[in-house]
Amino acid sequence: MTATRTIDTDVAIVGGGIMGASAALALRRKGVSVVLLERDLCGSRSSGVNYGGVRRQGRPVSQLPLAQRAHQVWADLPALIGTDGEYQRSGHFKIGRSEADMAALEAYANLSRDFDLGIQLISGTALRERCPWLGGRAVGGSLCPDDGQANPRLVSPAFALAARRAGAQILERTPMTSVEHDGKIFTVRSGTTVAVRAPVLINCAGAWAGALTAQFDEAVPIHSGHPAMAVTEPLPFFMHWSLGVEGGGIYCRQVARGNLVLGGGSGVALDADRARSERSAIATLAVQAVELLPALKNAHFIRTWSGTEGYLPDRQPVLGQSSTTPGLIHGFGFAGAGFQIGPGVGEVLAELARDGRSTTPIDAFAIERFVPKAVAEVASTAAVQ
Amino acid sequence: MTAPALQPVIVGAGPAGIRAAQTLVAHGVRPVVIDEAARSGGQIYRRPPAHFARSAQTLYGTEASRATALHSTFDGLQTHINYQPDSLVWNAQGGLLDVLHGPTQTTRTVPYGQLIVASGATDRVLPVPGWTLPGVYTLGGAQVALKFQGCTIGRNVVLMGTGPLLYLVAYQYAKAGTKVAAVLDTARFADQLAALPGMLTQPTVLAKGLYYVAWLRAQGVAVHTGVRPVRVEGDTRVNAVVWSDGQAENTVPCDAVGFGYALRSETQLADLLGCRFAWAPMHRAHLPERDSSGRTSVAGVYLAGDGAGIMGADAAEWAGERTALALLADHGVKVDTARAAELERKLTDLMPFRQGLERAFPFPTDWAAHAPDALVVCRCENITAGELRACARDAGADEMNRLKALTRVGMGRCQGRMCGVAAAEILAQATGKPIDRVGRLRGQAPIKPIPIHLQAQAEART
Repeated sequence: MTATRTIDTDVAIVGGGIMGASAALALRRKGVSVVLLERDLCGSRSSGVNYGGVRRQGRPVSQLPLAQRAHQVWADLPALIGTDGEYQRSGHFKIGRSEADMAALEAYANLSRDFDLGIQLISGTALRERCPWLGGRAVGGSLCPDDGQANPRLVSPAFALAARRAGAQILERTPMTSVEHDGKIFTVRSGTTVAVRAPVLINCAGAWAGALTAQFDEAVPIHSGHPAMAVTEPLPFFMHWSLGVEGGGIYCRQVARGNLVLGGGSGVALDADRARSERSAIATLAVQAVELLPALKNAHFIRTWSGTEGYLPDRQPVLGQSSTTPGLIHGFGFAGAGFQIGPGVGEVLAELARDGRSTTPIDAFAIERFVPKAVAEVASTAAVQ
Repeated sequence: MTAPALQPVIVGAGPAGIRAAQTLVAHGVRPVVIDEAARSGGQIYRRPPAHFARSAQTLYGTEASRATALHSTFDGLQTHINYQPDSLVWNAQGGLLDVLHGPTQTTRTVPYGQLIVASGATDRVLPVPGWTLPGVYTLGGAQVALKFQGCTIGRNVVLMGTGPLLYLVAYQYAKAGTKVAAVLDTARFADQLAALPGMLTQPTVLAKGLYYVAWLRAQGVAVHTGVRPVRVEGDTRVNAVVWSDGQAENTVPCDAVGFGYALRSETQLADLLGCRFAWAPMHRAHLPERDSSGRTSVAGVYLAGDGAGIMGADAAEWAGERTALALLADHGVKVDTARAAELERKLTDLMPFRQGLERAFPFPTDWAAHAPDALVVCRCENITAGELRACARDAGADEMNRLKALTRVGMGRCQGRMCGVAAAEILAQATGKPIDRVGRLRGQAPIKPIPIHLQAQAEART
């Protein structure tokens, strides 16, 4: 029987994905002490096993301020976390397969114009000249040249490692088993091994964040999703853009080594913690991939995988202060699109923890949108008193 | 006898799979037998193509009668089983196996109610500098070339590593008229002496082993024990092997090398099926758990043969039969319990011999300490021992899947089936952790690469 180690800190974070880890790093850079609890290894569930798209294009406009802030962080990645994580501003090209698709892409370009994403619409001869490798169904597309890709397996753990180097206590293989709040201080326990006491608790528990919100009387309709992923053997390099398709479906990119990473469709949950690509998703991916990129016709899939992500009904995250509990801050539910904005979210969470407010607009992500208003008002009144 | 509506599938048509199929058929059950190879027999009794002229005696030597007995057993089952050769099981999910038929490049799903996994083994590889040169093969690969393709890997061959296969391949190559330039065994002669008491429990098998060694020496083949392979040399292909006897380095010219350190179980299918794994010290591996009759932690899934732990061909036959009896009994079929007990006793009685083999041909536990930083451990992704060590040191990777994520080791075509053993040894050495504590690479579909352009076929009903 080991004695419980008690750690007092300014901020406790639950969850070691890219959100939690980048928040820990941002807090350390502000001189705030922080302890992060991750039940497995940092970046092992979702942000470390995702597709690796670093994409602003196609995001809801409400996310673009956050995405722009993150874009700056990505630019300085090696200085910040000690690795480039294979990050490249290789361009993100969203393919249109019909005139209606092209109209939708044009509409998005107009909608996002204030954010200066540099979007270019390409079609016809220009399309064939710039990407002769593209299959016949593409009639055009929308290019965001400064979007790109990175290797999530490297980036997400590197944030945790950088946070540790900066003085954060990163406790891996340390699942949160209970949390209490005495009105001022949260006590987060992992069995009998550790108890972390802090006035601020950041909930970055991803798909598992719901249990924590429910305990503090603000249950959210979160559910798990499992994107199906696959990778081919290395092929001669032919494509530097990361590809998406208007209306969703398949997405793919080619890494410098030559492998193509593909995603699309759903995986299947093995249990509460793990997931795999589903067979029909693999089959669909295969058909769509060859249609999109005929060069893949004779390639092989060498590996498939999935992760576990949190989705809310409007596919927007919950990011901001708790509606019921002072000191509790949420950052979860990124609906399969959290990797690019992760480093921006980390900064925002750090601001919320230290200053109580963020310089980036995040009102659209308030948890109040799921909490019955009357309850929320009562709660916030109580908090003020 | 009326069998209940059983729907058993056997994966693998080697010694274990064949005896399992025979047992099921004898009880009136018609199993599906899926095998990756074009012809049955597994690796040890691999059958050459039909037009092949060499006799069983030449192909299998002292094992010829066992091989032919097994082959004729399987041939005799043909009308009673649904045999699917050339078929790779590449995934398992929701009570269905995904099966890729090689010649037609089509994939189909095969439902199963009960499943016997007899997935066999491949070489246990510990790389040596120069091992990626053309002309370097595994011992198993060298043997397959001889048995299946009727050719040798070279004209002047060095065979090195350790394990019974080392001497068997040397014997078979010399018998086939190939010059064996040297047999380099990392085990010491003292290890073999110390192992004798245990090995005497299987005197005929021991006698065979001693016979191979004596025969090789009588033919003038240089057999060195207690060696440490230093490097394989060559520019465009191998031309020599350098080894150390602990005092000095020795060079032996050659044009091909076969090497390996006994075998490792093919466990990915059991992993995808959700079987619970545990560390097995004798096998120096994480293996799927099973009881004495082959039941796993997953209801309806059974394991037999080397895929569940390296025990050899005879044990595989017994385990195949035992497992089939367990499957039948679990589903209300009356079986001969005395026979079941006898098979379990045979398997238990084999243990001292099996442990003796480990003493005679011990795993070279100092391999990682001698592996230079520049050594390529993962040839698919070109990852060196130094990169693995740096990852353990700088990124704090202390577990195999984290090491894989950060370095790409095991992310290539082989999915860690070749490099996984060596990578784990390097990680244990670099972290100072015992080998059983660095974990194992999780299985991921596909078990082997599958063509992206595969045509889905309708589900194959049995």
